[in-house]
Amino acid sequence: MPLSSSNDTQWALWEVFLQEDEGAPHIHAGSLHAADAEMAIQNARDVYARRGPVKSIWVVPSEEITATTPQDNDSFFDPAEDKVYRHPQFYKVPKGVRGV
Amino acid sequence: MNDEVKLQAFEARINAGGTIEPKDWMPEGYRRQLIRMISQHAHSEIVGMLPEGNWITRAPSLRRKMILLAKVQDEAGHGLYLYSAAETLGIERSELIEQLLTGRAKYSSIFNYPTLSWADMGTIGWFVDGAAIVNQTMLAKCSYGPYARANLRICKEESFHKKQGYEIITVLANGTPEQKIMAQEAVNRWWKPSLMMFGPGDKDSPNSADLMKWKIKLKTNEELRQRFVDLTVPQAQAVGLTLPDPELKYNDEAGHWEYGALDWQEFFEVISGHGPYNRERMKARREAHRQGEWVRVAAEAYAEKRKMLA
Repeated sequence: MPLSSSNDTQWALWEVFLQEDEGAPHIHAGSLHAADAEMAIQNARDVYARRGPVKSIWVVPSEEITATTPQDNDSFFDPAEDKVYRHPQFYKVPKGVRGV
Repeated sequence: MNDEVKLQAFEARINAGGTIEPKDWMPEGYRRQLIRMISQHAHSEIVGMLPEGNWITRAPSLRRKMILLAKVQDEAGHGLYLYSAAETLGIERSELIEQLLTGRAKYSSIFNYPTLSWADMGTIGWFVDGAAIVNQTMLAKCSYGPYARANLRICKEESFHKKQGYEIITVLANGTPEQKIMAQEAVNRWWKPSLMMFGPGDKDSPNSADLMKWKIKLKTNEELRQRFVDLTVPQAQAVGLTLPDPELKYNDEAGHWEYGALDWQEFFEVISGHGPYNRERMKARREAHRQGEWVRVAAEAYAEKRKMLA
């Protein structure tokens, strides 16, 4: 007899995002298992926010996240690589002019 | 791309100090080693709650009791986010827990020793968490992103564990003669097992070569152990306690403390399940898992009910 069955502690996986300061972005902290969103928030507090500073927590079902695939990175991000004119350093400004 | 080319690219990236993330291609050996190492680390945090849980109801003051509760809760949290880090490699937590409860998984040998007095709580914080910090500070820079980040989070919390332990020992070492003896006895019992936490020398450590090559580990077991000894000897001197090693002496030239040989036969016996407390620890874990079943079932039923009401 197995000591833990398949539905034993193996609820859906959730990704946890913490905001550490007012006005700061929410940053991925890790993941956890929970039976529903409310339990995911509770568990996120207990596992990832036992001490401050945490201002806010987001939990998202892991399967709801769509991400880029590393194999396609080269072609996918390539358009951003060779457009120097998108950077301010590309432009010349007459000497002595400030605040442009 | 064939696997040989992928492997070269993978190793080049690691050698350049890059970080591997869950969706990146990785050799099977790297995945296997990480699952083994992260799950052992997670199991150690979970089993590590037991020797201390033993003393929560017997802490000498409310302050000490609150601190110990917080520390044990931290360990539960560390275990949980380490399991999460292991899951990013494509294994399920339930399977890892199954491996632990059936005795197939290993965990740190140190937790198979009994905690006989309150001074053990101080010594464990000081030695065991101190050794863990030396190890985890290195792991926070390892090549696998989720594991590195988990260790960073752990290190931030672990420093309080070490400090509270050293404080307990300081109080006892400056207390009554009986208290000082109690502290010294605990130190005598825990010193060598704590040194063995880093594992055997690298020629006797079957996984070291792979772990170093792929930057899962950045330092050898011996280097880590030496760092721990160098940190701890002055801390023992500061509170007037001796470490149980007649060969302990400072080497001026090397700038390190030299220490005597360790009993690796004992280590391998403890690791393979024949330590003083292996059986009790596993029995306690299995019981806790069984006794927690109604909570898991209730949580599920509650979630179902809320879904129906939504």
